[in-house]
Formats: sequence, structure tokens, C-alpha cells
Amino acid sequence: MILSALAFYVFAAVAVISGIMVVTARNPVHSVLFLILAFFNAAGLFVLMGAEFLAMILVIVYVGAVAVLFLFVVMMLDIDFVEMRQGFVKYLPVGGLIGIVLLIELIVVAGGWVALPESKAAIAEPIARQAGVTNTEMLGRLIYTKYIYLFQAAGLILFVSMIGAIVLTLRKREGVKRQNVSKQLRRTRAESVQVMKVKSGEGV
Amino acid sequence: MWEITLGHYLTVAAILFTVGIFGIFLNRKNVIVILMSIELMLLAVNINLVAFSWALKDLVGQIFTMFVLTVAAAEAAIGLAILVIYFRNRGSIAVEDINVMKG
Repeated sequence: MILSALAFYVFAAVAVISGIMVVTARNPVHSVLFLILAFFNAAGLFVLMGAEFLAMILVIVYVGAVAVLFLFVVMMLDIDFVEMRQGFVKYLPVGGLIGIVLLIELIVVAGGWVALPESKAAIAEPIARQAGVTNTEMLGRLIYTKYIYLFQAAGLILFVSMIGAIVLTLRKREGVKRQNVSKQLRRTRAESVQVMKVKSGEGV
Repeated sequence: MWEITLGHYLTVAAILFTVGIFGIFLNRKNVIVILMSIELMLLAVNINLVAFSWALKDLVGQIFTMFVLTVAAAEAAIGLAILVIYFRNRGSIAVEDINVMKG
């Protein structure tokens, strides 16, 4: 009990501190690295809550794909980030005020939250801990049966976003020589071979 | 103190969400950090969903977390693609320069 509580406090503290570092770091590359740290610690929290599959998905999808994408973009764009930080102090009071008000509201809501006894009846898919059935298997049993249409829609969203990202960033450059297979195959002997009579002692 | 309840997780998620909003206000000029702040807020929402799933012993919260994750990944990909072509056309990604579509 104490061990898991300690693990919770460590994961939560590191996640919150790295979240704060994401928004205050001077260098966006550091921001991305702190974002990765925050995701790792959130994955730790997920493991503590018994959602192992989601924890691994979080590490794979966020750390492996999204954060690396951010890192690529930050390093690829040649931007003067020092100039971008102007106004940081100017927005600090209003941002801090809104943040603190929102935080107090959220904590009041979270602290005063009570589950009615009748809400137990509203549970759609109770987690029944059986021997040998892992979290992944439970999720799979549900997602491929009851939530199959939502699952397919999620796949469609990813597909559309992939096409969108490719179409947005694709560009035709002028003056780049590319292989044109159909043009190569359409070549005939008549248009590509020329027989010349060359006199001896002279060039073509 | 040593008994971790739902309230603990909700507090962590609330703090992370607030940090995300704070980041949007703080980095008004830098679109990349704004996108990262949005990712932080989505992470806080995911923690909330999984925490309720754990507390109520209901698996649906974890399934919805997967869908939120999907949308977050799609959003990051499209947002960064837009950022890249914007930088290619204008040579800057400052938020106050993005006003071409203003009527």
C-alpha cells in the first residue's frame, strides 16, 4: 500500500513538474523532452490504475510518434525562438490568474464529487478480475464486439489525417529530374537511335 | 495520505489541465508550444477517464481513452503539417502573423 502510494506521489509530482517545464522552458526542444517525461509518468499512473494496455499505448503513440513528430518540426523549422518569448512576462499575470481560478474550481469539483449508490447500476462494462484475463484481453473483447463501429471510425480518422498530412506537405519541385517509367517504356528504336555516316578523320 | 483515492488522481489531472491552459496564455506567440499545451490538456483528460474507470470498475472509460488518444494523434499530425506548410510559405510561425484569412 505504502509502496504504491509512494509510486503515485513520485509519478504525479514528476508529471506535474515536467508539465510546468513544458510551458516555461526557454528552448522548445527542451519543451518536447519534458513533454516526453510527462507522458512517461502519466503512463506510470495508468499502470498504477491497472490500465496496462493504455500505458503501453501512451508510451508507443505519444513518445514514439507524436513527441518525435514535434521534435522533428521544432528542429526542422529555422525560427528565432528568443524573439518568440517576448510578451511572456506580459501574459504572466492574466494567464496565472485564469489558471489559478480554474485550478481552484476543478479541485473544488473533484473534492466535492460524490457517487450516488444508484450509479452502480449505470456501469456499462464492469471490470471483472478473472484469473488469466489481462487488461489487454478485456479491452480487446469489448472493442471488437460492442464498440466495433467506434473502433472503425477511429481508424477512419487516422486514415483521413494521414492523407491530409501527406496532401498538405506534398509539393512538386521544379527542375528535379525524376524517373518516368511510362515514358521510358514508350521509347521506340526510331526516335532514340540515329545512324550517321561519319567521314574518316572528322567528328560528328 | 497513504490511501490513494480517486480524488488524488483527479487533482493531478486538474493540475495538468490547468498547466496546459496556462501554457496557452503564456506562449501566445509560439504555435508549437501551444500545440504541446493542448497535448498536455488531452493527457489530463485521459488521466481523468482512466481514473474514473478504475474507481467505478467500468471498462468503458479506458475504451474512450483510446479514442481520445486517436484524435490527439490525428490532431498533432494535421497541426504540425499545417505548421510546416505555413512556415514554407511565410517564413514565420508567429501567431500574430497568421491573419491572412481575417475578413
